[in-house]
Amino acid sequence: MTDLQHPGATSATVDRPDPGADAATPPKAPRERRVRPDESPAGRYGPGFLVKLALMAVVDAFGAYVVWSAWVAESWVVLGAMVAMLAVANWVYFSRRTVPLKYVLPGLIFLFTFQIFTIAYTGWVAFTNYGDGHNSTKDDAISALLTQNERRVEGSPSLPLTVVTDGDALGFAVVRPDGTTAVGDADDALAPVEATVTEGRIAAVDGWEVLDRQEILERQGEVTNLRVPLSDDPNDGSVRTQDARTGYVFTPTLVYDEAADTMTDTTTGTVYTPNDEGQFEAADGSTLQVGWRVFVGFDNFTTAFSDSRYAGPFFQVVVWTFVFAFLSVATTFLLGMFLATVFNAPHLRGRKIYRTLLILPYAIPGFVAPLLWSGLLNRSFGFVNQVLLGGAAVPWLTDPWLAKFSIIAVNLWLGFPYMFLICTGALQSLPTDVLEAAKIDGAGRLRTWRSVTMPLLLVSTTPLLISSFAFNFNNFALIYMLTGGGPRFADASVPLGHTDILITMVYSVAGLDGSAPKNFGLASALSIVIFVIIATISAIAFKRTRSLEEIN
Amino acid sequence: MTATTLSEGRAADRRAPAPARRRSAGRWFADTGWRHVVGVVFIVYAVFPIVYVLSASLSAGGTLTGSNQLFDTISGTNYAALADTAFWSWFANSVQVAVVTAIGTVLMGAAAAYAFSRFRFQGRRAGLTTLLIVQMFPQMLAFVAIFLLLISLGEVVPALGLNSKVALVCVYLGGALGVNTFLMYGFFNTIPRELDEAAKIDGATHAQTYWTIILRLVTPILAVVALLSIIATFGEFVIARVLLQSESNWTLAVGLYSWVSSLLEANWGLFAAGAVISTIPILALFMFLQKYIVGGLTAGSVKG
Repeated sequence: MTDLQHPGATSATVDRPDPGADAATPPKAPRERRVRPDESPAGRYGPGFLVKLALMAVVDAFGAYVVWSAWVAESWVVLGAMVAMLAVANWVYFSRRTVPLKYVLPGLIFLFTFQIFTIAYTGWVAFTNYGDGHNSTKDDAISALLTQNERRVEGSPSLPLTVVTDGDALGFAVVRPDGTTAVGDADDALAPVEATVTEGRIAAVDGWEVLDRQEILERQGEVTNLRVPLSDDPNDGSVRTQDARTGYVFTPTLVYDEAADTMTDTTTGTVYTPNDEGQFEAADGSTLQVGWRVFVGFDNFTTAFSDSRYAGPFFQVVVWTFVFAFLSVATTFLLGMFLATVFNAPHLRGRKIYRTLLILPYAIPGFVAPLLWSGLLNRSFGFVNQVLLGGAAVPWLTDPWLAKFSIIAVNLWLGFPYMFLICTGALQSLPTDVLEAAKIDGAGRLRTWRSVTMPLLLVSTTPLLISSFAFNFNNFALIYMLTGGGPRFADASVPLGHTDILITMVYSVAGLDGSAPKNFGLASALSIVIFVIIATISAIAFKRTRSLEEIN
Repeated sequence: MTATTLSEGRAADRRAPAPARRRSAGRWFADTGWRHVVGVVFIVYAVFPIVYVLSASLSAGGTLTGSNQLFDTISGTNYAALADTAFWSWFANSVQVAVVTAIGTVLMGAAAAYAFSRFRFQGRRAGLTTLLIVQMFPQMLAFVAIFLLLISLGEVVPALGLNSKVALVCVYLGGALGVNTFLMYGFFNTIPRELDEAAKIDGATHAQTYWTIILRLVTPILAVVALLSIIATFGEFVIARVLLQSESNWTLAVGLYSWVSSLLEANWGLFAAGAVISTIPILALFMFLQKYIVGGLTAGSVKG
């Protein structure tokens, strides 16, 4: 510790760097002095530098791998982002001017990728029709339409076929009617190749391994699903097989005309043209199944607020979300404050035991409690009905109003210990002089509590109450695990129920658990609504607490 | 009822400030005794579901109805039966994800807090303000976008795609900076700056100062942030549920939910045993952390 008592330690001149070590860095304006490293590790090839070099080598190797994979997968956005990140990382860690960034960058990269970017991406998806039937780009939709609507070309020759593998993917090796041999797999169209032909069938081919009977049986499903394109033009069709010995040419029943940008059904002659909603539409209004992602403007928001199927449930959900969040905070705070006041008596014996036992519900993992209560409140077998109510069949979780009541009650059990903790903390830090002054002025206990304790308590806990409100506003786990949003609304066209809050509505509408068609666009639009509400609440919180002023 | 007891208590106080021992039983009750009554009532309320789940986990039947008679039978069958399920791999997944996330959170959060606390640079105020705003928006709000992002990432690097624990950790780490930097920033500011300056004069680089001096002095806050992060990650449900698809990759939250949501009646004993086991580590951490958590909860607010 004596080193720390260096005479310069408390003097104002400590910022002046050690002259010898600083020879490499040119002098700067005094304002930037702190930023400049007095001795960059990059300048001294010590162990620290070697560690940094090794770490950066690992990062760069990983980055190069990602860039290469993105190139192969033709994922240009990922490729661009990765190149940018690598450039920034190398610049930051090998430059001497970026000392603060060296510390902030790792967290910043994760923050940007998985939080800020996802928020921005939510905003983008909210204005598209991303979801089932509109999953990808127009090119993908066209090739999906062509491949999904195929039939065998009548009178086309049968092709003697051999199933081959390149170690991983399956392919077909065929002998064409003109006697030439060709091989290809799902991604690469048939291409001429040198091969050994025995009994009219390919027996061996370079770079591919022929599957034996046993292997074909094991991968039967894969073999019958495999389509090997005849050429790079999807309109030409593809080779498929049922018995792994003979292949037939299948062609799409739809034909895509690139110049006119239309789809034509060759069996009926119907012409489909692309419409504004990202689908091919015929003159009579019928559409083809697979569409693509397009911008739909504010359509998703309009759907939420005014579509006949969604608007009613949506407003009920919004109202319940606010009621739930408010009641959750109010009930837990009142009980927590009451208990904190009760146990704030200095001469009470066993205070510590009471406190420890009372905060137990708070110490249970967030997912255990709602699941546990869903069993306790079970209508036919639950402890509450069977034992406490002597065999009653109260529909705690399946009646619209009782389910709402149960959710508030379970949340009270979960949440009061937190409020108890913060109220206890706040009570203990109350200034004693004010309380004494009240006593001297002749105020009784109740009066002191109402006019002194309570206002001071509210001042110090309001920020936490606001953040608790914001938390409960999005208390997904409680609702989802206890009632799953149920009981369902009578209108069955939307997957929503009486206890759904906004965030569980987002989940249901997104269709991530497969119970409803996926509609990422509408789900993201609802997320944006939540963002706006949370932002408003936060703005109020900011104003009240002036947290921003604490930054100096 | 409360009001009258309180005012009676006040009256008792004013008339008889004598030591507690000499007071009559009635006065003792008005002053202190009723607090014990309230305490016992609410302890029953708080603890009863926990006692119930313990009893259910020990019941031999394993059904919801069979669990209603508390401590009717004591047997370890439910705990033994967990070995035949995927429970222990869920447990291992939860622990892995929580521990790796906690380590990453501490490393990144502490580094960022050091930079914001010790360096003065352009964009520092803006950075702190941005963090303050970003932390208002919980990551789970964007779970649809996270899901879609991981689909795209998975096409490039499968390990960062859906159904990967690595990807789940990465997503959790995305929220690390926003939530914890402020807690650490406040603590870093309490370490006297003279210490770094003395080290600087002695020829230490900024990295040496950080790793050998500052990090040792802030160990308490590192421990608190790590444990808070473990508790939060261990209990996280939405993102894990959306991202992890195959049963062997699930975390405890996703796995236990699947037991309760399907075949509730038959799986109840298993669930109870699993719930008890998943509660133990968190409860232990919590009891250990109790005083820090109370301090941490109120530290940011009680200033008024």
